Amino acid sequence: MSEMSAAHVLDKHAGTARELIAFAVGKQEFCIDVMSVREIRGWTPATVLPHSQSFVRGVINLRGAVLPIMDLAVRLGFPPTEAMGRHVIIVVQVGSQLVGLLVDAVSDILTVTDSDMLPPPDVASDMAKRFVCGLLAMDGRMISILSVDNILPERDDGEVQ
Amino acid sequence: MDSLRQIFFQECEEQLAELESGLLEIQSGGADDPEIVNAVFRAVHSIKGGAGAFALEDLVRFAHVFETVLDEVRKGRLTTSSNVIETLLRSADVLSDLVRVARDGGTVDDGRIRTCSDELAALSGVPAPAGGAEEADEGFDDIGFTPVTVALPVFDDLDISAEPEGGTEYTIEFKPYPSLYSNANEPVVLLRELSRLGEVTATCDTSAVPNLEEIDPEGSYLSWTIQLKTEQAEDEVRSIFEFVDGDCELTISDASGSTASAEPVDDEIEALLARVRGEVEEAPDAIREDNNADAAFGSFGSSNAVMGQLEAVEAMQAEQPKPTAPAPQAAANNLVPPPAAEKPGSPQPEPAKPPAPAKNEKGATSEAAQTIRVDLDRVDRLMNLVGELVINQAMLSQRLSEAGLSRSSEFATGLDEFEQLTRDIQEGVMAIRAQPVKSVFQRMPRLVREVAAATNKKVRLVTEGEGTEVDKTVIERLADPLTHMIRNAIDHGLEKPEVRVANGKREEGLVRLSATHRSGRIVIDIADDGAGINRARVRAIAEEKGLIQPSAQLTDEEVDNLIFLPGFSTASTISDISGRGVGMDVVKRSIQALGGRVSISSRPGEGSTFTLSLPLTLAVLYGMVVTVADQTLVVPLTSIIETLKPKPDDVHGFGGDSRVIGLRNNFVPLVDVGRELGFRSQAADPGAGVALLVESDGGGHSALLVDAIQGQRQVVIKSLEANYGRVPGIAAATILGDGRVALILDVDAVVAGARIGNLGQEAVLAMAG
Repeated sequence: MSEMSAAHVLDKHAGTARELIAFAVGKQEFCIDVMSVREIRGWTPATVLPHSQSFVRGVINLRGAVLPIMDLAVRLGFPPTEAMGRHVIIVVQVGSQLVGLLVDAVSDILTVTDSDMLPPPDVASDMAKRFVCGLLAMDGRMISILSVDNILPERDDGEVQ
Repeated sequence: MDSLRQIFFQECEEQLAELESGLLEIQSGGADDPEIVNAVFRAVHSIKGGAGAFALEDLVRFAHVFETVLDEVRKGRLTTSSNVIETLLRSADVLSDLVRVARDGGTVDDGRIRTCSDELAALSGVPAPAGGAEEADEGFDDIGFTPVTVALPVFDDLDISAEPEGGTEYTIEFKPYPSLYSNANEPVVLLRELSRLGEVTATCDTSAVPNLEEIDPEGSYLSWTIQLKTEQAEDEVRSIFEFVDGDCELTISDASGSTASAEPVDDEIEALLARVRGEVEEAPDAIREDNNADAAFGSFGSSNAVMGQLEAVEAMQAEQPKPTAPAPQAAANNLVPPPAAEKPGSPQPEPAKPPAPAKNEKGATSEAAQTIRVDLDRVDRLMNLVGELVINQAMLSQRLSEAGLSRSSEFATGLDEFEQLTRDIQEGVMAIRAQPVKSVFQRMPRLVREVAAATNKKVRLVTEGEGTEVDKTVIERLADPLTHMIRNAIDHGLEKPEVRVANGKREEGLVRLSATHRSGRIVIDIADDGAGINRARVRAIAEEKGLIQPSAQLTDEEVDNLIFLPGFSTASTISDISGRGVGMDVVKRSIQALGGRVSISSRPGEGSTFTLSLPLTLAVLYGMVVTVADQTLVVPLTSIIETLKPKPDDVHGFGGDSRVIGLRNNFVPLVDVGRELGFRSQAADPGAGVALLVESDGGGHSALLVDAIQGQRQVVIKSLEANYGRVPGIAAATILGDGRVALILDVDAVVAGARIGNLGQEAVLAMAG
């Protein structure tokens, strides 16, 4: 699965420069395609949704729309984020849905070409298999490229798992 | 073309509605009002006209027969006795079926159309045509009419014939204005209509067509001279042009009338008339043959002169005392314009209608309510934006009061005005979506007729408050429950006629359907004057079906409410009408899904009344804002019966985890909302909280335990599904004045969840910010 999506990502953007937005979750750095990002905003307390999965922090009011917030740390297998004012919500569009991703901080916008991208290593971590579709090596830093499609909770008949 | 078709069917719906309500009005004694009869006639006529344009033959044929009868009524030749009205109403049903079939496909029972056509034909005295125009020709053959052609050299293409026995010959001069075309009328259709009336010889006058470079693509250059031989009265001929009245120059003269009078002077005039017409026809050819401008002017000059002659001759004709001849154009031009709608039912022949001046036409339409068709999406978008505005305004005023601004400051007063404006805008936008319940009420008379016929009962339906307005979505979702309840009222509520008579009631049962606004909701009553609910029987059935324990102590009201239980059906035999056992529980569920309630009041021997109480809109909701485990929730007010402060003594453990609360000699389940939604794992202390007594699915009562009540508020409903998905126990979300999202509780789901045990795994509350 991870290999396929990695190949897909690499194929699709072969030879062209892409812009990625880099952010920190815990001690690690991740990035996503800037094209899927709608806006970046500060943290506001979320309204808890009953019976939701642990990584769903709740919902906030985004100019009148109800925006679900995913704690990316929990989703990626880290301890939950102790959200405070300095934390950041990246609003991304996945399909027709808008989703907020709670991260520690946004660090960079990177312009990379395919040659910079490395396939994800074959490690046992579930997180790596499901969400990471590539790696970047930059100035000695390792940045994982996330595939946003898999970050949402699965919808099955409109019901949250 | 598809979009035109769609518009045609939309208009058909409107016309059918008009037709039915008009007929019902006539039935209830409005036959004297010619406007109503006329409106009914026009409705059928428009459907026929539109159907003709789309070549919907079946529809045209039936509409034509129908229209013929209505025309008799309009002319006062047919009185609207109850039998006649019954037939007309049935015909309206057939017509609406035909429209539906034309739109959605399928078939209509041929026998039914046939029967109805025959009944109509019997009323009008005109045999139902099997196929439009041929039939009319056959009619002529039957009376042994042989046309005799009179040779008139200048009149080659016109067929001037001797007076047919019993028929009339009209000369129709028809000159469309450009507005006729811009109103999407089509002369060909009119000519085709004319040809249904009798034998038509039409000559097109192309003389006014200019050279190509001078042609205005939207101009009107053609005119027609039509000779029509028909048995129909002039009104009939004129009615074909009813829809282009004012958009054309129209003269209808009774040509045969003049020949029939056989006075030598008339013959002379006729001959002269024919000749000058011929010259007028010839003149344009001269223009076209000779491009010389001078010659053209000359021809024009002469043709104008000829025209003058023609008019003079026609004026002379008019002076001849001929009772059936209409006022010719020359005289008619001096008449005051006729009223926008003709007065039907008048026994004397109608005066000729001169082309109505354009400004008069406009004046007439501006008096009527003007409407526009708007895409529903646009209204909804506006609705959403206004929702934002309301939230924003609430946030702003909360911020300002937090900032410690005094109530009398300019900001505060300005904000008050802003709040007022916001509310006005919100109401205004909701009013756009609001529609009178008439659109669903008017489907009911037909239903009543059908159900009454199927059950052999006599039923009179009375509707009140049809103008009461409610959101379009509510209206759309009201049709099915209402249909069900009216069926039930007739099938189960009303007794058989003989039983009614035996009980000293009128043979005819009464079903009353009424709508009113009451405290921000719409209340719809469905009342019958039948036997009332047979409580002993309801109870027996409920016991038999295992819905209640034989030992259960039930109040009358509770027994009545048993009929809302799933699987309950009192009909001993399953009838076609109702009694499939899916009746009232489905009704109740669909009404509840709209945020409404159903209640019954029934008196033995006097009848039952079902009362629906519904919100006016689905975009906002009145809710009680409560706190549960530090979370703010909104509970819809419609489901709350009362609130109470439970005393610890009243709460009893019941089984392992459940608790009940004693309430006026009754025990109702106590639902701990916090636990149910997984906001906390420990049971809340009932003494520290507030209980909301709610009614849920199936009419059962439960008490919801919450921590505190913050207040009551109107909230704008926001979808959770759009960006997330369905959440068990939660109906939707809203945004409160502090800008935070609050969840709206799905009372039924929470109560049901408590019944089967905890809904699922508990959310990790510690993580919430």
